Amino acid sequence: MLELNVQTLAFFVFALFVLGGGLGVITTRNLVHGTLYLILSLFGVAGFFVLLSAPFLAVVQVLVYIGAIAILIVFAVMLTRSMTSLHEVVNRQWVLSAIVAVLLFVMLTVTIILPVWGQDGSLAGQPVSEVVATTTDLGKALVDGNQYVLPFEVASLLLTAAMIGAIVIARDDE
Amino acid sequence: MPELECAFPQVVNNLAPCLAQGGLNADLANFISILLGVVLVAALPLATLLILLVVERKVAARVQDRIGPNRVGPYGLLQSIPDALKMMTKEDITPAGADVFIYNLAPIIAFASVVLLWAVIPFTPLHIGADLSIGALYLIAVASIGTVKIMVAGWSSNNKYALLGAFRTIAQLLSYEVPLVLALLIPVMIAGTMSMQGLVEAQRGMWFFFMAPVAAIMFFIANQAETGRAPFDLLEAESEIIAGYNIEYSGFKWGMFMAGEFMHAFTASVIFAVIFLGGWIGPGADQLPILGFVYLGAKTVVVYIFGLVLRATVPRVRIDQLMSFNWKFLVPLAIINVLVTALLLQVVNWLGIAPQGDAASDLIANLPQTVVLLLGNLAVMGTVSTLVRNMGRQQRLADEAVEADTEVEELAHAAAH
Repeated sequence: MLELNVQTLAFFVFALFVLGGGLGVITTRNLVHGTLYLILSLFGVAGFFVLLSAPFLAVVQVLVYIGAIAILIVFAVMLTRSMTSLHEVVNRQWVLSAIVAVLLFVMLTVTIILPVWGQDGSLAGQPVSEVVATTTDLGKALVDGNQYVLPFEVASLLLTAAMIGAIVIARDDE
Repeated sequence: MPELECAFPQVVNNLAPCLAQGGLNADLANFISILLGVVLVAALPLATLLILLVVERKVAARVQDRIGPNRVGPYGLLQSIPDALKMMTKEDITPAGADVFIYNLAPIIAFASVVLLWAVIPFTPLHIGADLSIGALYLIAVASIGTVKIMVAGWSSNNKYALLGAFRTIAQLLSYEVPLVLALLIPVMIAGTMSMQGLVEAQRGMWFFFMAPVAAIMFFIANQAETGRAPFDLLEAESEIIAGYNIEYSGFKWGMFMAGEFMHAFTASVIFAVIFLGGWIGPGADQLPILGFVYLGAKTVVVYIFGLVLRATVPRVRIDQLMSFNWKFLVPLAIINVLVTALLLQVVNWLGIAPQGDAASDLIANLPQTVVLLLGNLAVMGTVSTLVRNMGRQQRLADEAVEADTEVEELAHAAAH
């Protein structure tokens, strides 16, 4: 049975933000309104991170995602002809996309949520911060030779390559 | 339960227990205490704003050899009140074709994004809105919300100048966020924590300004650009884009943008004082927390007045100069600075001259580490200024050579006729 306290209340408010914002993103006909709904949705996710006692992830969520929304609007202005009255276009790939989306949802549920709950649901009552690693563990794991330093470096190399590629494409021929 | 002292000075710190003692529900008492704290922290910048406006105008006037506002109140100190009244009674215009809801939303985001910054500023050893373990990162995250308000305001106004101004402002703010973050990284590296209170505590022995002057100056410059202060006030270059992203706003909504901008400049000074000038650190601040507040205020005023004089003195740069100064000078310098500081901190640890434990709050124990870091910083400054000077000289010589060539050609041309 759910206990009605401040945390639960906050959870429902944030859930409303996330789902309502997400619904707004896909239903609005106005691109700029869509990006603003996206802010609402991402802000709700940041709220979840706070409730899970992961302030680092919450702040990174705001910094990386909400901070980049302004850029998204810039792209919307520059790359689209009409921003305010979009009409939907359904192509033949929608079945495939739906299958991929459902598969992704199932995969995320199985691989992330079930381990946190435990095999028999015994871990469900504990705060998540005690079940999974803290920010300090995360930081150490990323630079530890025995853990994730190689994937981390490969990812940063990939981002650098993407950035150089973008600059090369954007430059005029000289 | 121990009897609590609930007379005036103590009640400030023990509000929730005192209310609970008075027979109030404990949860409700906690809520009221937190709510009052939030209101206080949010109201403080608003109250200072009224004084800031007069100070700004007075300083600018003095720099320009004028007297400034001197009619309302003693020395014109109450000038802000009629100004605010005038602004509130102006007509509130919404342009035709504007996206009304988000047009009205933008000033609120503008104001809120600045007020939110005050949540993590440590005023005294005891008083801070929330001492987050990631306080420094929170500052950056909240500052990044600021770009949203500009884009939203620029787009929803349905005005091409507003949109162009917004594009330009976004480019400026995003670019200068890079050196800002890299400069902020240096104190975090030295202190080994991102908590704002932790950053202040780490400066007990020595302010970070002396350990990392390059980072401090870079942080100040990047903040001038982030807050749109001269010489980086391209956000509102009247002669080029009329007034920038907020051109269509009038009355109180425009006032909220302006108030947000002024408060942001002041808040940036407070943050500089907290991170590089030791915040509330000062003699007797631990025994009497209110003294810490006074120290923080004094340090902030020094930084703020310096920024004002700079604003009133230097001319505005061009947009291409602004961009190349950031990407070709500040960002490489910031990266080099991070590398040098990281190396020096390792050297300090290896030599064993880093202050340990209780010695960390001692000035003498901090000196060796400070000297090493300061020398490293001076070396960086010297190298960079030599490089820049040589590049400038080569550029000048090349320009002169081209000029001389054209002169010779012209002479030859004239002689041929």
